[in-house]
Amino acid sequence: MSKPVIHTAGISKRYRRGLASPSGLLRDSIARTFRSPLSLFRRANQETFWALKDVSLEVGEGEVLGLIGRNGSGKTTLLKILSRITQPTSGWAEIHGRVGSLLEVGTGFHPELTGRENAYLSGAILGMNRKEIARKFDAIVSFAELEKFIDTPVKHYSSGMYVRLAFAVAAHLEPEILLVDEVLAVGDINFQKKCLGKMGDVARAGRTVVLVSHQLGQIRRLCLRAIWVDGGMIRQSGPAAEVVSAYEENMASGSLDDARSLDGPAQFLRWKLIGSNRSADHVLPSEGEMSVSFLLRVNQPLHSVHHGINLYDQHRQLLWGNALDGVTLDPGLHEFRYTLPTLPLRPGIYSWRVALYDAGVRIDDWECVPNMQVVTMPITHYRDEYAGCLNIPSKLEIVPATAPK
Amino acid sequence: MATVTSNPSVAAPPGSSAPGPFTLRIAPPRGIFALRLREIWDYRELLYFFVWRDVKVRYKQTAIGILWVVLQPLLTMLVATLFFGRLAKLPSQGLPYSVFCFAGVVPWTYFSTSLLNVTNVVVENQRVITKVYFPRLILPVSAALSGLVDFSIAFVVLFIYTLAYGIHPTFTILFIPLFLLLAILTVLGVGLWLSALNALYRDVRYLIPFIIQFWTLASPVYYSSQLVYSSPLVPQRYRWLYGLNPMTGVIDGFRWALTGRGPVPSSVLIASVVMVLVAVVGGLAFFNLMEGSIADRV
Repeated sequence: MSKPVIHTAGISKRYRRGLASPSGLLRDSIARTFRSPLSLFRRANQETFWALKDVSLEVGEGEVLGLIGRNGSGKTTLLKILSRITQPTSGWAEIHGRVGSLLEVGTGFHPELTGRENAYLSGAILGMNRKEIARKFDAIVSFAELEKFIDTPVKHYSSGMYVRLAFAVAAHLEPEILLVDEVLAVGDINFQKKCLGKMGDVARAGRTVVLVSHQLGQIRRLCLRAIWVDGGMIRQSGPAAEVVSAYEENMASGSLDDARSLDGPAQFLRWKLIGSNRSADHVLPSEGEMSVSFLLRVNQPLHSVHHGINLYDQHRQLLWGNALDGVTLDPGLHEFRYTLPTLPLRPGIYSWRVALYDAGVRIDDWECVPNMQVVTMPITHYRDEYAGCLNIPSKLEIVPATAPK
Repeated sequence: MATVTSNPSVAAPPGSSAPGPFTLRIAPPRGIFALRLREIWDYRELLYFFVWRDVKVRYKQTAIGILWVVLQPLLTMLVATLFFGRLAKLPSQGLPYSVFCFAGVVPWTYFSTSLLNVTNVVVENQRVITKVYFPRLILPVSAALSGLVDFSIAFVVLFIYTLAYGIHPTFTILFIPLFLLLAILTVLGVGLWLSALNALYRDVRYLIPFIIQFWTLASPVYYSSQLVYSSPLVPQRYRWLYGLNPMTGVIDGFRWALTGRGPVPSSVLIASVVMVLVAVVGGLAFFNLMEGSIADRV
């Protein structure tokens, strides 16, 4: 590995549950103090939890490192410590170089200000100076495709325009070390590609990038090395493809989904797309007939099964659903295999949900992990806000017509 | 607290013998007086942008915009002149009451609006604070400075008003920046405490109107401070207490500097300055102490 530019040693971060007082009102603090006067001096253990525990890592110069792990595993906390937003409880980190962090799209945007003013403001908040922003301003505007609206207050922007401008400012941030959290997970796929390209440029320019993402495909594409954070600790670190696969396997096996009980009469274990290659079980690459299978383990005979299936988009809008009644299932492993003539979804993140009831009693209701990623070529309107949720080929004919009678 | 210097209490990492110009150490917080003024200086452009944003946004979507800056103190002065000047006939140090009052209302308006803004600035910038790093101290400082734009405009109106009454400035006008600085420091001295507390306890938000209301009455905005000093109701030995209110020194001094009349600021002013410096140092230390955890707690 090249010379490390980020070096952390035993970074730990403890949070107190219900910091200060849950409502943020002095009244409650006072009331609590009166109820148990000693609580002021007692920082009870059960009220604290470790968001990060003893994390030591190194990031080499020019390296693009991916951080993966499920929600609440500590990825973002680590990023916040490295970007100095919050302080570690113990341990230390040393960073050689100017750090820029992108934890959100549109940091510091003010709705009353125009696009131009916000570009300057947000740029300054992200760490650029005035000269730097002035120099890159034209590039930012054309990257955002907002030439005509740059002097309009952003409160009149569509959400797509807003996100594009915010992206454009962020994409032109050129620190030596860039810390990115999920920012690329929003916006339409064309714009995401544009941003990925820009990120690639950043990486090739010798800049160091630490990227937190739930989009495992993104991690695979962009990162050479990945770190899997689980329960505030580093679970695995190594080549991105290896770590991502291990993580996916773990998620699919359900062992990470500890909210679900695994000893009921039956549970869904994993899901995958049939016919796609093994390393991308959850990526739908093309239109046309597709099959998806859900693996179910049945522990005791079920005689009056109701089974339902749903497909949601990333805004949790229900796209499709179906159900089946009166099924009998014997103990053992079963595969539920659905075949659809086509699933014409525009590229993006989708999620399956499968449920099982026996004689009206819920047996399992699984929000399938991981999400399904659709990466088909978009064949709809090139502007996000006009494209809609279907990605269906269409044919337009313009033929002479006679006036209606 | 992240610092640019190395921390001798923690073992040095390998390969850190020759840190580059941008080497940064991140370690648990320590020392409440590590003020890192150098860092504030490095972030001066962001400070400028925050002030610029405040000023830009303040009167957007108002019909008469910047005119409010003039109307607010002007209307206050007119109403006060009617009640306190004409009806109550309060003494006004030999000045026309409306001039006397206007010269108090303008610095007072700066103080009260800025104190309110400084108190709320951390909470209002919650999103930015939790998403990006910069020295948090920039926020209250920017809120205290952005009020100066309004103040300057109101001051020009006040100046013209004073001239219209045939009161011409003397050399004392050179002291105005000094009293303005004292006002800014008073805003920060009190505001730093309140803004950090407000991040933890939103009660402060409800408390602040009372603080300002009480403080208005305890400052010589509408009445002359001579009224307090010469009142038989106030025992001689307690009169110095009035001087502990830094705004007494600011307003008396400001009025004196503008008109060249009234008592020359003296021992009371010294009491005010000492009070302000104590408040500012304490406020900085307290804000610094809270700064590290503000993002976690706001």
